[in-house]
Amino acid sequence: MSSSIQVNLITGRTVQQGRALEGSKHSDEYTRAAGIIELDPEDMRKLKIYTGTVVKVTTAHGSVNVRAILSPNAPHPGLAFIPMGPWGNAVINTDIYSVGMPSFKGVEATVEPIPEGKVLSALELMHELQK
Amino acid sequence: MTEEEVQKITDVVCPFCGCLCDDVEIDVANNKVVTTYNACTIGTTKFFSVNETEHRFTKPMLRKNGKFVPISWDEAIERAAKILLNAERPLLYGFSSTSNEAIGEGFKLAEEVGGVLDQTASVCHGPSVLAIQDVGRSAATLGEIRSRANVIVYWGSNPSAAHPRHMSRYSMFVRGFFREKGAKERTLIVVDPRNTDAAKLADIHIKVEQGKDYELVSAMRAALRGIEIPEMVAGIPKKDILEVLEIMKKAYFGVVFFGMGLTQTFGRHRNIDNAINLIRELNSYTKWIISPMRGHYNVTGAGTVWTWQTGYPMSIDFARGYPRYNPGEYCANDILVNGEADAALIIASDPGAHFPAKSIRHLAKIPVIAIEPHITPTTELAELILPPAIVGVETEGTAYRMDHVPIRLRKVVDAPDECLPDEVILERLTQKVRELKK
Ligand code: SF4
Repeated sequence: MSSSIQVNLITGRTVQQGRALEGSKHSDEYTRAAGIIELDPEDMRKLKIYTGTVVKVTTAHGSVNVRAILSPNAPHPGLAFIPMGPWGNAVINTDIYSVGMPSFKGVEATVEPIPEGKVLSALELMHELQK
Repeated sequence: MTEEEVQKITDVVCPFCGCLCDDVEIDVANNKVVTTYNACTIGTTKFFSVNETEHRFTKPMLRKNGKFVPISWDEAIERAAKILLNAERPLLYGFSSTSNEAIGEGFKLAEEVGGVLDQTASVCHGPSVLAIQDVGRSAATLGEIRSRANVIVYWGSNPSAAHPRHMSRYSMFVRGFFREKGAKERTLIVVDPRNTDAAKLADIHIKVEQGKDYELVSAMRAALRGIEIPEMVAGIPKKDILEVLEIMKKAYFGVVFFGMGLTQTFGRHRNIDNAINLIRELNSYTKWIISPMRGHYNVTGAGTVWTWQTGYPMSIDFARGYPRYNPGEYCANDILVNGEADAALIIASDPGAHFPAKSIRHLAKIPVIAIEPHITPTTELAELILPPAIVGVETEGTAYRMDHVPIRLRKVVDAPDECLPDEVILERLTQKVRELKK
């Protein structure tokens, strides 16, 4: 049985994600840039995984598969980061607290390794939501 | 390719982020971008994206049995106009990556079809707009900041990722008229829960606990008034808070640039409201200003142009024939999550990639018209594509920089095939709607 951890999830910008925004959203480049979760080394150790392992991120609002990577912005134990995009948006909180803004940052999430799992592309994620 | 064929175009403005860097130079050959100078890596990718043709829409497209087939502009405009006219509550959303001229046309169309008009600020600096409407703010242009500022704070904003040249053009790592020694004369403070690249460069990194910015600002305001604060606030020791406040009080000219770390977390507009009040109070000691780091290159324009036209910057409902404003009710995500919208026109933005899943599930159920040059998550959901010329690369237009300075964007290459400027597409749509209404 693999272990899982609880994290506080935020989403935000990265340079790689920004580069993939114009004309590359159909491509693997976009999946590599934004279909990831940046974890603190300590949290990676708890999960007993390496960079590149597929993990399932689950919140009260949904779940999504992404690749775990070692955060370049560590240390931030207990805090996890998914670049802005359809992967992060599959699990963020839609409560808009009467101002029209969903909670893109600060969502409780569970992260569990699923080494055999598949990370869908941005377009595949849309097809899932069409069902 | 011979030397003569390469043409250098100077003073090009980068149409990607709110910095609107206007010192870009582009080499063009055979109507293709071959080299860019001065633009950052993200801006460069945008200039090169116009060359890609395989994933670029160059003709109007209609989805038939799941596949896009090309149709004529006349048919596309008529279909789009009918979709919007037949809808009870059409949503017109996006607008922050296009020209002021197109933004103005968007208002006319929304009024004509009685729709809901919204722009990307509603998922970005919308809360900042609300707070500024409530309490105002002290502002300055980026030029003035560059000339004078000696204490620079990035709060909940990571310019190294989202505005790569911001620090080197306007704030920290640049010489200014009164800051001849550049960075040597300036202090950089970054407030961020992570050790971001900007934080790594900072003189002081305040590693606030995620989502606790409101508490930290409140503690700073209290300490400024001489009220005793707890030993630890939002993960920051009292000693560090007092030290930063001293630096802020002694600044010659200080600036707080803030981002999504404040607007997208719990508290939202209240966080901004509180931060603006901190800055207001610091102004009894010295000069401080506070400025949102606007993301899309013309998100400032969308708010500004609609404010001239309707009195409101975003989330405007024309259902009753006149504009009404109520964020939290007429924001794009509200009317999608609540299942109200029954058709959508998306322009110059990608809600498919940037809206929460629940909103997209509804978007997937209704007819979507996308004015979008490339294949994106949004176009996957669309039934009709109207292909635009890319503003600032393939067509001219005016945009507002994040500090409200209007800048004329240049044209560098011709748009491929049948692509038309956003402005023209929206104008034709409005005309068609008027015709059909007769
Ligand atoms: S900082 Fe922004 S405007 Fe300047 S080149 Fe980079 S993306 Fe373009």
